[in-house]
Amino acid sequence: MKNNKATAHEPLFHIAKRDAVVWWKAWLIRLLALLAALIFAGVVTFFLTKENPLQIYATMFDGALGTARRRWSLGQNLAMLLCISLAVTPAFKMRFWNIGAEGQVLAGGLATTACMILLGDKLPSSVLLLVMVVTSILAGAIWALIPAFFKAHWNTNETLFTLMMNYIIMQLVSFFAYIWSVPKGSGQIGVINRSTQAGWLPKIGGQSYLLNIIIVAILTILMYIYLKYSKHGYEISVVGESENTARYIGINVKKVILRTLFLSGAVCGVAGLLLVAGTDHTITRDTAGGRGFTAILVSWLAKFNPLFMVVTSFLIVFLQKGATQISTKFGLNDSFSDIITGIIIFFIIGSEFFIQYTLKFRSFKKEANA
Amino acid sequence: MTAQPAIELRGITKTFGHVVANDNVNLEVNRGEILSILGENGSGKTTLMNMISGIYFPDHGSIFIDGQEVVIRSPKDAYRYRIGMVHQHFKLVDVFSAAENIALGLEDGEKFNLKKCAQRAQAISEQYGFEIDLGKKIYEMSVSEKQTVEIIKVLYRGADILILDEPTAVLTPQETQKLFAVLRRMRDDGKAIIIITHKLHEVLSLSDRVSVLCKGKYVGTVKTSETNENQLTEMMVGKKVTLNIGRSEPKDPQDRLVIKGLNCFNRAGVQILHDVSFSARSGEILGIAGIAGSGQRELLEAIAGLQHPASGEILYHNPKTGAIDNLRNKTPLQIRELGVRLSFVPEDRLGMGLVGNMDIVDNMMLRSYRKGKTAFLSRKQPKDLAESIIRQLEVVTPNASTPVRQLSGGNVQKVLVGREISSSPTVLMAAYPVRGLDINSSYIIYNLLNQQKERGVAVIFVGEDLDVLLELCDRILVIGSGYITGIVDARTTTKEEIGLLMTKAVSHETKGSEKGETDEKQ
Repeated sequence: MKNNKATAHEPLFHIAKRDAVVWWKAWLIRLLALLAALIFAGVVTFFLTKENPLQIYATMFDGALGTARRRWSLGQNLAMLLCISLAVTPAFKMRFWNIGAEGQVLAGGLATTACMILLGDKLPSSVLLLVMVVTSILAGAIWALIPAFFKAHWNTNETLFTLMMNYIIMQLVSFFAYIWSVPKGSGQIGVINRSTQAGWLPKIGGQSYLLNIIIVAILTILMYIYLKYSKHGYEISVVGESENTARYIGINVKKVILRTLFLSGAVCGVAGLLLVAGTDHTITRDTAGGRGFTAILVSWLAKFNPLFMVVTSFLIVFLQKGATQISTKFGLNDSFSDIITGIIIFFIIGSEFFIQYTLKFRSFKKEANA
Repeated sequence: MTAQPAIELRGITKTFGHVVANDNVNLEVNRGEILSILGENGSGKTTLMNMISGIYFPDHGSIFIDGQEVVIRSPKDAYRYRIGMVHQHFKLVDVFSAAENIALGLEDGEKFNLKKCAQRAQAISEQYGFEIDLGKKIYEMSVSEKQTVEIIKVLYRGADILILDEPTAVLTPQETQKLFAVLRRMRDDGKAIIIITHKLHEVLSLSDRVSVLCKGKYVGTVKTSETNENQLTEMMVGKKVTLNIGRSEPKDPQDRLVIKGLNCFNRAGVQILHDVSFSARSGEILGIAGIAGSGQRELLEAIAGLQHPASGEILYHNPKTGAIDNLRNKTPLQIRELGVRLSFVPEDRLGMGLVGNMDIVDNMMLRSYRKGKTAFLSRKQPKDLAESIIRQLEVVTPNASTPVRQLSGGNVQKVLVGREISSSPTVLMAAYPVRGLDINSSYIIYNLLNQQKERGVAVIFVGEDLDVLLELCDRILVIGSGYITGIVDARTTTKEEIGLLMTKAVSHETKGSEKGETDEKQ
């Protein structure tokens, strides 16, 4: 046993669990993480590109908030990301890993598109809008209800199921894009009802993005109240934390799963409606633009609190916009903006570790004695 | 190496956040000795042992093996110093045989040879008198057999310092005796044995010396031959306690819940309850004794509407209307809507009875949140209830909006029992309500059960400590492998009689499967 002695000394540090940290301390740690991320990203930038990091950060701000147009664009992107994040949150709170938001948004968008193309010149505009709202909500909800039904009745894996539903709807979008393509056979729909603007959501105060932002702001508050103060929200939390407890107090777990996923899909459907009828006025496979996945990050980072999600989705959209601007201005590859975004998000997520745990270093006093 | 202790701890301290699990603990064990570590739950016994076996790393203090200071950073290091721990929760692979489990993960530099492993394990098993078939698969084994495998496993790895964490918690009195005989043989073979327990009579019958921990602090070590139960309890709790549970005569007992011929299968189609019949009466505590996993949980869950029995009747006699309702195959909600005031304190407190991440107020709401016609919650009443429970049951918590996960085991249980009692039940079922609780909290719970009994509630109490069952209950129903093997009067029966009834089921079952279950239970 003697020969072990040389190797077996106290480790340099070990990890210990922290107490519940006071809220301001937790936010201080997060802020420090953000600062550290900026410094680290600055160093990386400098060594890779020899540009001045400060200038790069200035460019980032400029890219996200520099002009009125950019601010509106940021607002629109923020609203859409937030809307989809709101949609996935009730499902996630219930521990139903809905990674099919991308597809549910497309389902809503496809339903909207169908209404605009097929009914655009047949119905008066107010009726048309109403039909669009109802069908897009139903389409999104049905796309979420299918995996929920299988989960509730046969306990299938919702992660794989919702993911695969994404691919199905993408192919459907491609299919209809071909059928409805203008000019025929191009595979692209182009701007729908360009001349009549039938089915386009109205502009408020001449701003094409304002309506979207207002709708999402209202949804945020409603979702916050729903999750925190309604009986449904309470049931979602109980089912998510422990299905056994839910059964024990007589909650019908199947019903809650179906109801919650209906809601989750419905809000995704609204997002699809806003994207297609509110801003894009067309649909492609990329209409959701990966937001269905980014929304998962937004929701988690905000610990499923809709109000915090405003902050986290702002952060993500800001980073995306800023990083894109860096790439253009300094003539860097697109991937560079991804690197910066990646570094910053890594630090922010990593900071949660330091909120939960603390490192205890070897005491050097004892070392001297030995 | 005669005078040197096999293992010695000096000034060991370990904290988790602000909780000091071990505060400056000193301990030594000699070879050829059995040391008991006695302490209430949460006194830091397991934490201390986990530091010896390399699972945790101490914040301060040093460990000496045979007089030499060592650093144990991982379970691997612990094995190198010949320390082996048998955990409370077995760490075995179900689909492997005993021999395969023993050989698993062993790095001795030799080519893997299961036959040789099995032979060596067999030799160890015979040396100490274990009764085990090493070719048997783990999932076919009883709890006591699994424990045997765990012990052989650590011996196989050459351990001569053995730590057993609450080894008797899952055993019948008879199996416990067998285990003790083996441990004594190992002691005589020169091994150092540490056994963690909170059962006083075991300490007194088995060990040579006892070290007592209280709230993470080391209280002292005494020779077993020079101490008694009262002194040990005093050391453990830090003050004098009287170990008496009051028991009043049942007043006007009437049938409240009558179970007839209940049969229940689990998801895998295995029959868990066999033709179970009994009645629970008002103003009476009916104890249920049995080896863990004999169908107690399924029985209570079937009554509460959480299991769906294949056949039988669960008849509830409503004291108000005099109506008799069959609760079988009703959901918990339907049962409540019938006006049945049935309270249930399940075994799995944080996994079923409460939601760990929710605060006390929201946990109060679990039973009552549906009240009111609006779609929104009212937290007013639950908040009042939470505060009155905190006050009356002396729940130690910063405030009512603390997540229950952060409370200690005893306080979690007070919150749960408090909520279940608050709905003024007519039937109260409690599964292992004092498991993991310290002595004071346990007595608070016993008193609450007694109060309910005096209020005329039919109380069903599933317990594991036979001494407590004998003192607290009016009648005791013994269940074994899903059969009811006897219903005895708690005032006249003995521990041995119950112990025999608990094991009787096993032979009954094997007989039953041979003869096609022709023989009737008594």
